[in-house]
Amino acid sequence: MTQTVSDADEAAADLPARHWALLGIKGIVSTPALILTTSFLGFAALARDAGVGLPETAFMTFVVWALPAKIILVGAITAGLSLPAAAIAVALSSLRLMPMVTALMPEIRGPRTPTRTLLFLSHFVAVTGWVFAMERVKNVPRRHRPLFFGCFAVTLTCLNTLLVALVYNLMGQLPALATGALAFLTPVYFLTSLFGTARELSGRLALLTGMLCLPLAHWLNPEFDLLIAGLAGGVMAHLAGRAIDRRKVA
Amino acid sequence: MGNLSFHAFAQPWWPYVFILLAGWLPTDIWRYLGVLSSGRIREDSPALGLVRAIATALVAAVIAQLVLYPGGSLAAIPGAVRAGALVVGFLVYLAAGRRIVVGILAAEAVLVGVPLVLSAL
Repeated sequence: MTQTVSDADEAAADLPARHWALLGIKGIVSTPALILTTSFLGFAALARDAGVGLPETAFMTFVVWALPAKIILVGAITAGLSLPAAAIAVALSSLRLMPMVTALMPEIRGPRTPTRTLLFLSHFVAVTGWVFAMERVKNVPRRHRPLFFGCFAVTLTCLNTLLVALVYNLMGQLPALATGALAFLTPVYFLTSLFGTARELSGRLALLTGMLCLPLAHWLNPEFDLLIAGLAGGVMAHLAGRAIDRRKVA
Repeated sequence: MGNLSFHAFAQPWWPYVFILLAGWLPTDIWRYLGVLSSGRIREDSPALGLVRAIATALVAAVIAQLVLYPGGSLAAIPGAVRAGALVVGFLVYLAAGRRIVVGILAAEAVLVGVPLVLSAL
């Protein structure tokens, strides 16, 4: 591990900072980034359908950035949830960002990166940026890593904010089947990318239990169905995952 | 607690305050805590495992909500077609060696193809 890093450092040490900045920006045409960008077309359609205006939708895209959190926020707005209830639902879904950021920081930190720079960069962390950085940052010399990640992640966020603003009005002119198809990208992208990045059995189980709990939670209480299904499904998956792991060890 | 929903006040600033307090703050707080706790919390602690499971289940619930109770244009497509498209997309993703693009294309083919075929019959 350290060996590959120092090899890459040696081979790449002479390349100027500009090279790594451009390489980061070029990342926006990578497969995960392109899928995410297409999903944002669907998000624009979703927000428009929910009655959230164009400037509010673009603002939300930039300041929240994580797509699951934004979809929950739009869902809370549609359901007419009060601010505290909406904030709790968003906070629960965004909890996953904390362990992700914790794992990512040692990878993208330079030798002397100040904490305030890392705090700034962390705003642009979501599933796509995380997957991209974990895959590619190994080949970047350590002192250029914050720049490389920042150029990728900030460009991706700004580009998608702009895209959402540009396509928002177009979404009203497309045939219903086309906007439906765009809106459907998000659930399939979430399901497959989360399944692919889940490291533990309980994570994959949580995908199943969370989905299965939703219809029941919706029948019990349509206003808080997401919260109920998320909490119940998460606890069930965690307990089942631990029980199965223990049986394997025993 | 009164009505503090997104559409509660007519002032132009209210939606932005709602988005900041219900969207930005509860999301970025975890990112900042992740930076500050980097290297201090053990990745394999049971509490963190439960947190990850709840967060994943919540996103799974969002997936199910988008598929089972969608708003707008997706609602015009029958529920069985939507659920079938998600299942087919996931199975094809697994069969194709976990390639996300292949899974998405399969799901979209079912979602768009079945209504088109039904309307042509």
